[in-house]
Amino acid sequence: MSSKVIIIDDEPLARSIVIEYIQHIPDLVVSQVCSNGYEGVKAIQQYKPDLIILDIQMPKINGFEMLELIENPPAVIFATAFDEYAIKAFEAHAIDYLLKPFNQERFEKAIKKWREQKNKSAGEKQTKQLLDDVALTAPQNQRIVIKDGSKIKIIPVQDIFYLEAADDFVKVFTKEGYFLKNKTMSHFEQVLDPSQFVRSHRSYIVNLQQITRIDPYEKENHVAVLRSGVKVPVSRTGYPKLKAILGL
Amino acid sequence: MANSPLSVLRFKIIFSISWLIIAADHILLLRWFGLSWTAAVIDSVVNDGLLILTCVLIIMMLRYYLPQREKYFHLVTWCILFTIIAILLTKVILKHIFADDSEYITFFNRSLWVRASLDFLLLGCLILVSVIWYNWQEQSEQEQRKQDAEKLAKEAELFKLRQQLQPHFLFNSLNSINALIGSRPEEARKMVQQLSDFLRGTIKKEEHQWVTLKEELQYLQLYLDIEKVRFGHRLSTKIEYDEALSEMKLPALLLQPVMENAIKFGLYDTVDEIEINLKAAKEDNQLVLSVTNPFDPETSAPKGTGFGLQSVQRRLYLLFARNDLVSTETKENIFTTVIKIPQS
Repeated sequence: MSSKVIIIDDEPLARSIVIEYIQHIPDLVVSQVCSNGYEGVKAIQQYKPDLIILDIQMPKINGFEMLELIENPPAVIFATAFDEYAIKAFEAHAIDYLLKPFNQERFEKAIKKWREQKNKSAGEKQTKQLLDDVALTAPQNQRIVIKDGSKIKIIPVQDIFYLEAADDFVKVFTKEGYFLKNKTMSHFEQVLDPSQFVRSHRSYIVNLQQITRIDPYEKENHVAVLRSGVKVPVSRTGYPKLKAILGL
Repeated sequence: MANSPLSVLRFKIIFSISWLIIAADHILLLRWFGLSWTAAVIDSVVNDGLLILTCVLIIMMLRYYLPQREKYFHLVTWCILFTIIAILLTKVILKHIFADDSEYITFFNRSLWVRASLDFLLLGCLILVSVIWYNWQEQSEQEQRKQDAEKLAKEAELFKLRQQLQPHFLFNSLNSINALIGSRPEEARKMVQQLSDFLRGTIKKEEHQWVTLKEELQYLQLYLDIEKVRFGHRLSTKIEYDEALSEMKLPALLLQPVMENAIKFGLYDTVDEIEINLKAAKEDNQLVLSVTNPFDPETSAPKGTGFGLQSVQRRLYLLFARNDLVSTETKENIFTTVIKIPQS
C-alpha cells in the first residue's frame, strides 16, 4: 500500500519540485498540495496523510504554528531555505530537515529516514518537543494561533486580557470572549514576556496593561480589576510578584 | 609629533623681526646711557643672541615635553632656570670681552637685575605662547583623529547596510531555478541571468554611491522579475513615475530593500493575491517615493513595519543626518512607506 503525502509551501515552483521528486518514488502518492497553513490544516484533516513536507515561512501562520493547530500531527519533513532559529531547533531534536535547494538524492535520504523512524513511533514526541522549543522564539511569542471551530484565530499577545487554566487546556480571554488552546499554564508562563504578563495565581496569568487596580478580597487574598471590569484572582504568592513588577 | 611654531614661515618672520626690534632697542638704550656704539652693539649681540638661543631651546624642549596641566608650575621653575643660565653666560662672555674697561664692568654690574628681569619676562611670555600653541596643535590633531575614526565607522556601516542581501531570497531563488531546470529549462536560464545581474549589481554599485532613478528602477525590475517567478500569480507590481523624474538621484540599492519589505509584509500577512505599488514624485526639491502593500489590520501589531525598514532609515541618517526621511502610514488595509531623498 502506498503512503499519502501532503506538500505545504507558498512558492509554486518549490511545490512542483517536490512533486517531481515524489513521482520517482513508487510507493508515495501526493494527496494534496497546499499554498498556506490554512489550506494545510484542512487538507490534513481531510486526507489524514502519512507524511507532510512542510515549509516554514508562509503567509499568516508559519509551519510551526500550523502544526500546533493539528491534534495528532502526522510525520513531518521540514523544507526551508534559511531560518537560523528553526535549524537550531531541528538539530536539537534530531528531526530531519531539507535545506532548499535540495536534490532527488537528498530528498530520498530524508524519506528513508522517515521510513525507519515510522516503526519506532518516536517521531510524534520529537515534534511536540520541537514545537515547545520554537514557541520561545520570535515571532511565535508575539502572537497565539488558535483553532476556533473551523476558523483559525491569530491573537496578538497585547490583545490578551488574561489566561485561565481549564483542565488540559488554557482559556485565552480577549475582548471577543475566550479561546481554548491545548497548552499548559507553565508553557505560557515561559513563552509570554514576563514584563507584560504575570502569573497572579496558580490558575491565572494576567496582562499588566489591562489592570486598573488591585482590591483586597476576603481575608488575605486580592483581586486584580481589569479595564473590562473582570476580576482576576490574585493569590498570596502572586500578590508580591504583581506588586514588585508594578512598582507599588 | 606636533609641529614647532617655528616650522611656520609666518612665525619665523615674526620671531626674527621681534628679535631685531629688541636688539635695536637694546643698542639705542645703551647709547642713551652713554656707551660707545661698539660697546652697545657687542653688548646687544651677546645679550640678545643668547636670549634668542634660549628661546629656540625652550620651543624645542616644549615640543618634546609638554607638562601636564596640573604640573604647569614646572614652567615657572624652567623660566627662572633659563633666565639664570642666559644671564650668567652673558656676564661671563661680556666680562671677558670688556675685561679692561672698568667703566663698562661697573655699568654691567649695575644693570644686571634689569637685564635678568627683562629676560625673565620675555622668556615667560614665550613659554606661555608656546604652551598655548602646542596645546592647540594636540587638540586639533585629536579632533582630526576622531573625525577620521568616525568617517571610517560610517563608511563601514554604509557598506554593510548596502550589502544586506537576504539569504532567504537567494536560496529560495535557487530553489525555483532548480525546479524550472526540469520542466522549463529556457525559463531557468533566464532566471539565472536575472539573478546574476541582480547580484552583480549589489557588488558593483558600491563604488559610485549615487544613481539616477532610471538606473535604480532598471535594477529593481530584475529583483521584481525574480520575485514574480517565485511567487507566481500571487504577486503583481505596478511602478508609476514621470519620465521627467528619471534623472533625479538617489543612493544606490536603496529602493530594493523598501520593495522587499513591502513584498514580504504583503505576502506573509495575507493569503490573497497582492499588488505592490511604487510611485515617484517631486516635492520641494525632494524625490519622494511611496510604496504601498496590503496587510491585515486584525492580526498585525499596530506599530508593525513588517520586517525591516530600520536599515533604510539608518542609511539615510548616515547620508543626510536626518531621521525624518522614512515614514509609514496605514489606511484601512493598505500600508504605505514614504521615502524622501533631498536633491543637491
